[in-house]
Amino acid sequence: MKTNDVIFQTVAKIVFFMIIFFAIHLFFAGHYYPGGGFVGGLLTSGAIVLLLLAFDMKTVRRGFPVDFKWLTALGLLFSVGTAAGSLIFNVPFFTHAYDYFQLPLFGKTSLHTAMLFDLGVYLVVIGVTMTIIQTIGESE
Amino acid sequence: MEILMCIVAGLLFAAAVYLMLSKSLLRIIIGTGLLSHGTHLMLLTMGGLKTGAVPVLGENAASYTDPIPQALILTAIVISFGVTAVFLVIAYRAYQELGTDNMDQMRGMETDD
Amino acid sequence: MSLLHWAILAPFIMAVFVPFLRKKAASIHTGWFVLILPVVLFSTFLQYFPVTMNNGSVSETAAWIPSLGIDFTAYVDGLSLLFVLLITGIGALVVLYSIFYLSKTKESLHHFYVYLLMFMGAMLGVVLSDNVITLYMFWEFTSISSFLLIAYWYDRDRSRYGALKSMLITVFGGLMMLGGFLVLSIMGNTFSIRELAAQAPELNDHPLFLLAMILVLLGAFTKSAQFPFYIWLPDAMEAPTPVSAYLHSATMVKAGIYLVARFSPIFAFSGYWFWIVGAVGLFTMAWASFNAVKQTDLKGILAFSTVSQLGLIMSLLGIGAASLHFDALDDNIYTAAVIAAVFHLINHATFKGSLFMVVGIIDHETGTRDIRKLGGLMSLMPITFTLSVIGAFSMAGLPPFNGFLSKEMFLLSMIQLMELNLFNVESWALLFPVLAWVGSVFTFIYSMMIVFKVFTGKFQPEKLDKKPHEAPLGMLISPIVLALLVVVFGLFPNLLSYSLIQPAAAAIVPSIIPPGEQLYVNIYFWHGITPELLMTIGVIIVGLLLYKWLPKWMGVYDYFPGKVTLNHFYNASLYAAERGSNSITNAYMTGFIRSYLVYIFAFFIAALGFTMWAKEAFTFDASAAAPINFYEVALVLVLIAATLTILFAKSRLTSIISLGAVGYTVSLFFVIFRAPDLALTQLVIETVSTALFLLCFYHLPKLSRHEERRRFQVGNAIIAAGVGMIVTLIGISAHSSKFFDSINAYYIENTYTKAGGENMVNVILVDFRGFDTLFEIAVLSVAALGIYGLIKLRLEKGGETNENE
Repeated sequence: MKTNDVIFQTVAKIVFFMIIFFAIHLFFAGHYYPGGGFVGGLLTSGAIVLLLLAFDMKTVRRGFPVDFKWLTALGLLFSVGTAAGSLIFNVPFFTHAYDYFQLPLFGKTSLHTAMLFDLGVYLVVIGVTMTIIQTIGESE
Repeated sequence: MEILMCIVAGLLFAAAVYLMLSKSLLRIIIGTGLLSHGTHLMLLTMGGLKTGAVPVLGENAASYTDPIPQALILTAIVISFGVTAVFLVIAYRAYQELGTDNMDQMRGMETDD
Repeated sequence: MSLLHWAILAPFIMAVFVPFLRKKAASIHTGWFVLILPVVLFSTFLQYFPVTMNNGSVSETAAWIPSLGIDFTAYVDGLSLLFVLLITGIGALVVLYSIFYLSKTKESLHHFYVYLLMFMGAMLGVVLSDNVITLYMFWEFTSISSFLLIAYWYDRDRSRYGALKSMLITVFGGLMMLGGFLVLSIMGNTFSIRELAAQAPELNDHPLFLLAMILVLLGAFTKSAQFPFYIWLPDAMEAPTPVSAYLHSATMVKAGIYLVARFSPIFAFSGYWFWIVGAVGLFTMAWASFNAVKQTDLKGILAFSTVSQLGLIMSLLGIGAASLHFDALDDNIYTAAVIAAVFHLINHATFKGSLFMVVGIIDHETGTRDIRKLGGLMSLMPITFTLSVIGAFSMAGLPPFNGFLSKEMFLLSMIQLMELNLFNVESWALLFPVLAWVGSVFTFIYSMMIVFKVFTGKFQPEKLDKKPHEAPLGMLISPIVLALLVVVFGLFPNLLSYSLIQPAAAAIVPSIIPPGEQLYVNIYFWHGITPELLMTIGVIIVGLLLYKWLPKWMGVYDYFPGKVTLNHFYNASLYAAERGSNSITNAYMTGFIRSYLVYIFAFFIAALGFTMWAKEAFTFDASAAAPINFYEVALVLVLIAATLTILFAKSRLTSIISLGAVGYTVSLFFVIFRAPDLALTQLVIETVSTALFLLCFYHLPKLSRHEERRRFQVGNAIIAAGVGMIVTLIGISAHSSKFFDSINAYYIENTYTKAGGENMVNVILVDFRGFDTLFEIAVLSVAALGIYGLIKLRLEKGGETNENE
């Protein structure tokens, strides 16, 4: 049974991108304003869930040919790697570093290793949420 | 306000425990969900309510709300999501395999060795 | 992180790549890649020779958990260098041997080499760590890799049994040892072995001294298979022969010896140390050699012989402790025991390693290790025969091999004990040389059995599965190298004296060596007609006679009934522990989830309620509370209404939606209470969870309200109300009495200065308390994998898993 809900699908497509951009904004803002890896990741997967509701599993899978389990693993690797990276510089596990840089386009920007760690969190959250929802959704 | 929130959290706990003690699987899952809500509210209350600005330094306020409970709760929210998801799937698989959601009938088999 | 640290970690890093090498380069035996590592490490560590030969040492520290005083300190002195060279040197030979021993196509080589590399790294870590906590960590790593290697052929019952046994015994010892380390660190207020050794005299008078010593010794004795813990080693022989040669004779079982040697500077001044280490070692030596003779499996003989030889080294270390009570270095005869211990350690690694490899060859080429089926192989396998003669004669203590020299030194040390007037030795003095001599006789007998039962006598081809022939050259290289060393060290022992033995022995008894001087080590063959030479001659004569009449006195072993053996005790206690815990568990595990929850909640109410009542902890003070305004009251009402709806809902959709309502209300509370991060997260989570519930919706049962007996319902309500009450009371009391300031000032002050962020909540999550977050996402991933497994992997009827994708 497939209902023809063109309006919902069209709206979902547009809203999807709005949510995604907002999610990415939240993720990058995380260190200074409310937001961060968790919210960013959840919102991103929320956007994908929206697509799931508007279309169906197969379509979305074609749109995102990503194995979300791999994404989870990649995120974990990022986080552990960032934390363990500090050992190379002979400082205790999990020591973060940051500095301010003058970048073109962005102006004065601060770059953090904490951001890399947060990126891992972001990826894990997307990976986990989507793995769960996809697995449940696909099972009959 | 804090006193009121303590009572609210207590109510949530009571409702959650009551649900968790029932025999229906779905009610147990909903109970765990309520329990985490109660815990989060309780944690937040412990940090003191409305005592300062949002814990973001850009606010340049004289005092800030306690950020520690917030960080704890943020972790807890995400974890409880994971827990709920696992519970749901266990419930649904158990129902599929055993054909019942009555906890009495789901009693584990006696296994000797 | 220095070169030393990387050297310890290198095998672990290499282990990560082994599976890929196995997959990508399947045509080349994975062992060839692995072989590179021990060779490189061996040559790297050679550069430390000039340092250790002058009794110097190198130490490099990397911070690990500085707040607890736990550092990853790598420390090289004579003792650790000796072990490092053993580990990497024998390691290289064993890997080379395994390339020919393990089939490229049939065996799962990636598992094998991953475990082997893990072990190599762990063992390097054990001997190079100065910090007891790191040492313990690597120590347990060796137990785990040993477990995995013994169970390598995991479809065999005996392998699994042996693996479990070794794991239980060595991990038990490891935990005792950790306890000992902790006691030591409490006494000396440091985790560093060197710093502990520096305060040895003060520690000696500490009331906890004996406890620490016994705990540490338990670790050493279990690992080095001393009586009565040796029972795991014979069962560990189920491992592939390269593993037995490497772990269970040359390196891992010597970790206990290493521990005793390393802690000698701390403990050895005590009389208890002398007695416990010396007596346990010597008894083990005699008992195990006696038991080795009755074995019929070649590897069984070697296992008991390893136990016996380890006992020999152990007893020498114990007796060497007597040297600390004499000042003069030149005529201090008891240092000879320490030197003998180190020398025999090297010798044992060479001759036992080659013997194990020889047995592996016999097993590989004939298909059996049973000496009742073997015989007459001399003409078929001449090279193997020669190797076994060298190894076994050295083990028996015959000239001109290196075993003769260290055995003589061992006997001499035992004889010299009769002159010692310390620790009440006088009354027992005669027992030491007698036990040593008896042990040596049996050692001689089983050494002869290994050679002559296999290679001479009647050839019985009908009992063998394969047609025996000489092994391929590649398999012979490693034992030949080791046998050559046996001969070379036998003929020119002083090659080792100043390069390896002296620095290692000096590290065991540092306190008796005056600054600027060195231990004098000179090993030579001919001492004249000495008591120890006479003892050796006696060993040979009696041993030969007993070997000849072996069938006549084998009946002796029947006097040891199976019921009283240690193995029987182990099996029975394991069985009893299983049954006992089962029956206790069954008594309260009813299988009803309600019972379990009732236990938990009732305990919660009772414990907290009682504490609050007994300590009069309840206080009420609303003066600091924030004011209540209209919106909040409205929200509270909505929340309560939604909660009640869930309680009385008849349909599942209503319950799910009401749960969602509760969640959204909570997120509104977060907005009011100035927690924007939480509000955002809660909103999104609530949306995703509702989607999740809806996805599961069709799979879930109707919300049936099962007939519940009134009695149960009332009970549930009482417990629920009790929990709610307690929570509320605790909340109010906690709010009303603030005993100390919140720690949040630290975070508020340092968010910008130390972490360069402004959003405190996020900074706490990713920086200050990053560990929490790391583990949290790990837990999340586990949850996702669990769900994936629950749905995708279905347990089929036969108990096999099957992936339906």
